[in-house]
Amino acid sequence: MNDTLRKILAPTIFIVGILVVWEWAVWYNNLPDFRMASPSDLIPRYIRFWDLFLIKSWETLWRTVAGLGLAVIFGTLIGMIMGFSRFAREGLYPILVGFNAIPKATVVPIVALMFVGQHDFNTVLIAFLISFFPIAVSVSIGLSTLEPEYRDILRSLGASNVTIFWKIALPKTLPEFFGALKVAVTLAFIGTNLMEIVSPHGRGLGDLFDSGRISADYPLMFAVLFALAALGILLFYFVVFLERIFAGWAERSPG
Amino acid sequence: MQTPPSATMIELRGVSHAYRTKAGPLPVLDNLNMAVPENSFCAVVGPSGCGKSTLTRLVSGLMKPNTGEVWLHGKKVTSPRPTVGMAFQNPVLLEWRTILQNILLPLEIVKSPMSKAEATERAHHLLDLVGLTGFAEKRPSELSGGMRQRASLCRSIIHKPDVLILDEPFGALDAFTREDLWCTMHDLRREEPFTCLLITHDLRESVFLADQVVVMSGRPAHAQFVLDVDIPGPRSLDDLYGPKAVSMLATLRHQIQVAQGRATEADAPQEAQA
Repeated sequence: MNDTLRKILAPTIFIVGILVVWEWAVWYNNLPDFRMASPSDLIPRYIRFWDLFLIKSWETLWRTVAGLGLAVIFGTLIGMIMGFSRFAREGLYPILVGFNAIPKATVVPIVALMFVGQHDFNTVLIAFLISFFPIAVSVSIGLSTLEPEYRDILRSLGASNVTIFWKIALPKTLPEFFGALKVAVTLAFIGTNLMEIVSPHGRGLGDLFDSGRISADYPLMFAVLFALAALGILLFYFVVFLERIFAGWAERSPG
Repeated sequence: MQTPPSATMIELRGVSHAYRTKAGPLPVLDNLNMAVPENSFCAVVGPSGCGKSTLTRLVSGLMKPNTGEVWLHGKKVTSPRPTVGMAFQNPVLLEWRTILQNILLPLEIVKSPMSKAEATERAHHLLDLVGLTGFAEKRPSELSGGMRQRASLCRSIIHKPDVLILDEPFGALDAFTREDLWCTMHDLRREEPFTCLLITHDLRESVFLADQVVVMSGRPAHAQFVLDVDIPGPRSLDDLYGPKAVSMLATLRHQIQVAQGRATEADAPQEAQA
């Protein structure tokens, strides 16, 4: 089978297959839509609320991407500090682990109180807080495990640490960085939605989810989940696309 | 301080060095003296952990000795200098660059009179010399271990260094590839002479390549024995099986045993005395 064809066909077949089984299971068990909505229940919701879906998706997406952008900047920065200085690594590591261990659902109300009314800022902040950890850790590990020979081939010619970072350490860390970024994408979505649902402020897909709950429109809640999944897939594959461009060399050619 | 005569390229004067460890200082070099004449090839052999790699780091200026001095081309070494090339057991090619880009890497650090076009031409020429014609645009992952090491050699001399420091570059290769690369080394040096300091565990390699073999003692190491290899060039692998080489190898083997503390000077091998 043709490679491109398979890459499109395989996911399509699986998605359609799962939808069919799902539809059949709901119909067969005769489940009411508040127990389990079926795919056919969702389509009318998308048609009816299409404008809302577009607006809310955009609100969720841009705030997630903004949080992710901050996570990339600060995560890389912290990772660099930890990667190059053992002192900083040993000092910061327990703090980072402790911070990461705090369930972010508990941070949401605190942030909401701290910056009252700054909904967009708060949402971006939570998305950032939840997603920078894997980036910081992977960059720091990537840098601190750089084999000394890699440093030495440039250092023995009199290269500065900055040169070594740009020419060797940074590109060599890129595969780990993108691996972490894929994890961070999902986390950032969780962060955005956490803010939208735990501290409702009328924005994002979380708000639409909430309306579904309040107005007892259960299929709408399911429809929101699917919209979130679609956004997640979109952003994830955008990262994969960037990875191909910047770290494509790390991929083994087949065969 | 008088400068050493210009005929000496590398000189170590009373070099001692110790590493700091949890259990206290670990002395690795103790009053090491050696001199390598310009454009000659010096091999250093010795028991494991006797500080051979420390020696390369001192000569390249990556490290400073606790006491003593390292001189390179009449100048005291205080920091890394661009007139040195290095290659390690691990070829450390950058996976995200093509072979050509890897070879040109030192020229991105070192100021060179070569233009970009000249440098590229030189890189291609070196690739031809080491038998990697047509591999310039390949990625390191597409090359075998021996081919990577050849590319690494090209990179280490692309900037025309005065001194090439080789830290067991052939150690991880199979026997045939290794012998192939020995001959490549001779080819490279015939083309453009440079001073070479080779760290190795392979006595045959040292005799085949070097003009002078230094045997280091056990830790903390000094130069225990220096062997002048008087096999005239151009050498061929067959020379290694001649009586001269066989006797030199016996001497070296004996000296290593002395360094390891498994033999004394007294029980020297028969061949060496003959």
